[in-house]
Amino acid sequence: MSLIRRIIPCLDVQSGRVVKGVRFQDLQDKGDPAALAAAYEAQGADEIAVLDVAATPTGLQTQRTVVEAVGRALSIPLMVGGGVRTLADMGALLESGADKVAVNTAAVLRPSLLAEAEKAFGRQFVVLSVDALRRDGAWVVTTRGGRDATSRPALDWIREAVDLGAGEVLLNAIDADGTGGGYACDITASISEAVGVPVIASGGAGGPEDILKVLTAGKADAALAASIFHDGRWTVGAVKRYLSEQGVSVRC
Amino acid sequence: MATGHANVRSLLNAFERLGVDAGLTADPETVRRAGRVVLPGVGAFGAVAARLEQGGLMQALRERVAAGRPLLGICLGLQLLLEASEESPGARGLGAVSGTVTRLAVQAGAKVPHMGWNLVEPVGADPVLGAKPFHAYFVHSYAARPAASGDVAAWCDYAGDRFPAAIRRGAAVAVQFHPERSGPAGLALLERFAKGSP
Repeated sequence: MSLIRRIIPCLDVQSGRVVKGVRFQDLQDKGDPAALAAAYEAQGADEIAVLDVAATPTGLQTQRTVVEAVGRALSIPLMVGGGVRTLADMGALLESGADKVAVNTAAVLRPSLLAEAEKAFGRQFVVLSVDALRRDGAWVVTTRGGRDATSRPALDWIREAVDLGAGEVLLNAIDADGTGGGYACDITASISEAVGVPVIASGGAGGPEDILKVLTAGKADAALAASIFHDGRWTVGAVKRYLSEQGVSVRC
Repeated sequence: MATGHANVRSLLNAFERLGVDAGLTADPETVRRAGRVVLPGVGAFGAVAARLEQGGLMQALRERVAAGRPLLGICLGLQLLLEASEESPGARGLGAVSGTVTRLAVQAGAKVPHMGWNLVEPVGADPVLGAKPFHAYFVHSYAARPAASGDVAAWCDYAGDRFPAAIRRGAAVAVQFHPERSGPAGLALLERFAKGSP
């Protein structure tokens, strides 16, 4: 049978609290990370992502405290990202309870970090996070949470990163983030078909139809969403029931 | 048991939630004497096998299995029960179960590692695994191929490759998935192992 598609609620964390904005701006408080994570697990989440949106160099200690608290509350996998710069950062997060760590800017600046991380922790621990931006019809890689655009085509970079050691790809289409206007299915599908590792689609979920679309037309292995769950518009369970009715294989 | 690499924190968290007194050790004597031993493991077969061999832990584990004392292997901890692995030619496992470990043989286009939730189907009623199929969280690129199908306690199917999700040899049971990350079904499994009769 084909692998079950995963639904991953995402907790964007700043100073120990869950926040959410639109395209990374105008952040609003959405609650305590461990309490929200436990609630999403109870609703049927397949995995939880905790991303430090402030991602400051001094933030690692705060992030470790959050990861420890969330990890204690969970019995499902925990992915952690945001501001991860070095192998030592990754090791510290593993020790705190992260099952996988997402690296973004640091890997763009120094791709060999991915190979070193794969050697030290195994491929399953290394998630390549990509903030992609559509520019003149092409998807390019951005760094520093979307603040700096590069000229590198997203697909090109992701291929290299997977060859180096990334075991999974977290693809965030930042044009769509927090807008509820739907995932970027075109780029997600082309990347999912091009690489031999799972692709997690992120950015733009407004409802279960968007999630259905990215898991089918977008060929994503998993869908990450934040706003639709934080706002209480949808529970994870309700989304999975809808997906199941539409013929998508999910864990109920 | 401390094998390095593995997210042992999540395993310790799980036992804490279950009210089970658990600690981390790399001491062969403790491994021989403990009431229950868990061998977790993420990483390469050869590297972890070498570390266990150097620390005298491989021998302690072999004695434990031979004596019929409870052991739970998780992920690489299952693969280490076999004799060898394609992942690390020349490296020796525990050899408690005859057979080797080979790369997942999936249909064209299917992704490896096998990462995510999949259905575990127990062969019969196992005191630790239970009798009913359940979903569990997998992360692996290799799978055990025991010589005798009687050693397989549960099966899983991924993209055309039917592989052992669990193996049992006496009081030693091992799972390819991560019970500490498999929600309530995984916690129940850990509880049955920790609190069951020896």
